[in-house]
Amino acid sequence: MLAVNNIEVIYDDVILVLKGLSLTVEEGKIVALLGANGAGKTTTLKAVSGLLKVENGEVTDGTIEFMGERIDNKAPEEIVSRGIFQVMEGRCVFENLTVHENLVAATRTLKSRKEIQARYDMVFHYFPHLKSLRGRLAGYLSGGEQQMLVISRAMMARTRLMLLDEPSLGLSPLLVSEIFSILKRLNQEQKMTILLVEQNAHLALSIAEHGYVMENGKIVLDDVVDKLRENEDIKMFYLGLTEVGTKRSYRDTKFYKRRKRWLA
Amino acid sequence: MKGEFLFFMQFVMTGLSMGSIYALVALGFVLIYKSTSILNLAQGEFLMVGAYFCLSLTIDFGLNFFASFAITLVFSVVLGLLVERLVLRPLIGEPIISVIMVTLGLTYVLRGFVIMVWGNDIRQFNVFPQEPIDLWGVKLTYLYVWSMGISFFLLSVFVLFFKYARTGIFMRAVADHQTAAQSMGISVKRVFATSWCIAAVVSSIGGILVGNIAGVGVDLGYVGLKVLPAVIFGGLDSILGAIIGGLVVGVLEFLSAGYLDPYIPAINEVFPFIVLVLVLMIKPYGLFGTEEIERV
Repeated sequence: MLAVNNIEVIYDDVILVLKGLSLTVEEGKIVALLGANGAGKTTTLKAVSGLLKVENGEVTDGTIEFMGERIDNKAPEEIVSRGIFQVMEGRCVFENLTVHENLVAATRTLKSRKEIQARYDMVFHYFPHLKSLRGRLAGYLSGGEQQMLVISRAMMARTRLMLLDEPSLGLSPLLVSEIFSILKRLNQEQKMTILLVEQNAHLALSIAEHGYVMENGKIVLDDVVDKLRENEDIKMFYLGLTEVGTKRSYRDTKFYKRRKRWLA
Repeated sequence: MKGEFLFFMQFVMTGLSMGSIYALVALGFVLIYKSTSILNLAQGEFLMVGAYFCLSLTIDFGLNFFASFAITLVFSVVLGLLVERLVLRPLIGEPIISVIMVTLGLTYVLRGFVIMVWGNDIRQFNVFPQEPIDLWGVKLTYLYVWSMGISFFLLSVFVLFFKYARTGIFMRAVADHQTAAQSMGISVKRVFATSWCIAAVVSSIGGILVGNIAGVGVDLGYVGLKVLPAVIFGGLDSILGAIIGGLVVGVLEFLSAGYLDPYIPAINEVFPFIVLVLVLMIKPYGLFGTEEIERV
């Protein structure tokens, strides 16, 4: 469905962030993209969604294909029309619009009232709590409600591939697990493909089928989730576990991280 | 007592008619500010160009006034698009103050264009009958009644448009969070262009109405300056604020002209500004301006 082939991304003509990154996302799958802060995960999503230009970034090399057609450096509105929708980090609701208006704002790709209504009903099927908040300004919602709202906006558009950036950011573990279970249902019941960027590797690997690990603007490891979970480096760096499954102290991990890098 | 009340109502009603035109022009300011964060200082000149264009079609080319009015609206859409595409779009990403200075430069360009094409004499439409209508003792000319009717109709249309129409909601979404709006497939460039078109159209309508009342001359451009306090009074980014600000400035202008002018000549020109300063001291965001929502 999505094929990112050896792309290079540069900001402001000088800052090289992605250095030959490649990944694929198969239709109907949830794919996790893991990596430390500054590895280039969000930039990867923005390269796919076309939002790089907003920040003066550009795909200078390589190709991005969606359903067999090139989409690199296309305008965001064209990419959304093709069915790719980025749910941005930090939620980014329209604070001065109501929940209802936030949902309507995501319907640019829809033509008929009937389709809009059908999607509206689908949103409230998955997030019934939002129904009672329809008339409330989005700026006054709690963090969890805002996260539900931004995922709902993706559901309102004709989304085939959701690019989800750090959905657990700043939310309680209970709320995060509820949101992740809804994401899994969306994937299974609506066949929505998801490329998930997440700092919480435990969570990401719990719903994903395939995972990529990024370091310094490159993919350094990728495999099916079951194998990734068994990988010693993943255990060490992302799951904080030793070989026997016991937790390793942060101090040791930090030391080990400093000493050993995949791309040293 | 009845005579005094009628005297008061006379100024209130005249002020409301003029205020409704101010509200219309204020809407243009707010639209551009909301969607692009730019204070368009050339709003008054849009108004002047629209008025001259309509006058020229009516007087020089002998077209029916309402046909001229309709053609002027189309012309305003083209003017708004041209200004956005040629002047503003190349400046996307530049500091806001630079863009505002460019709109200041635009005022001189448009004023020069008007003087070059139509000269700087004050000319009259003379379309509406001069005899007044009696509304329960308050006498208003057809022109004021029409102005109030057209302005309130358009303001209602725009309020409904921004509240219920998808394009209106897209425009408010862009004003709220540009990048998020882009991530949802809303074309920010198209929204900017639409904002400039609507601003040019409402200004032209305002220009034609004011031009009918006071005559068409290059001084019409100063109406933009007079509307600015109305916009700030209501809150720069509030459509409701623009409407109420416009009405308040109109009423204050005429009430001060009626009651204070005999003691302080020409006080009506500055009175709305004095009230503006007082309001801003109490409410710095204006009456309905958006304050940052902070979650706790």
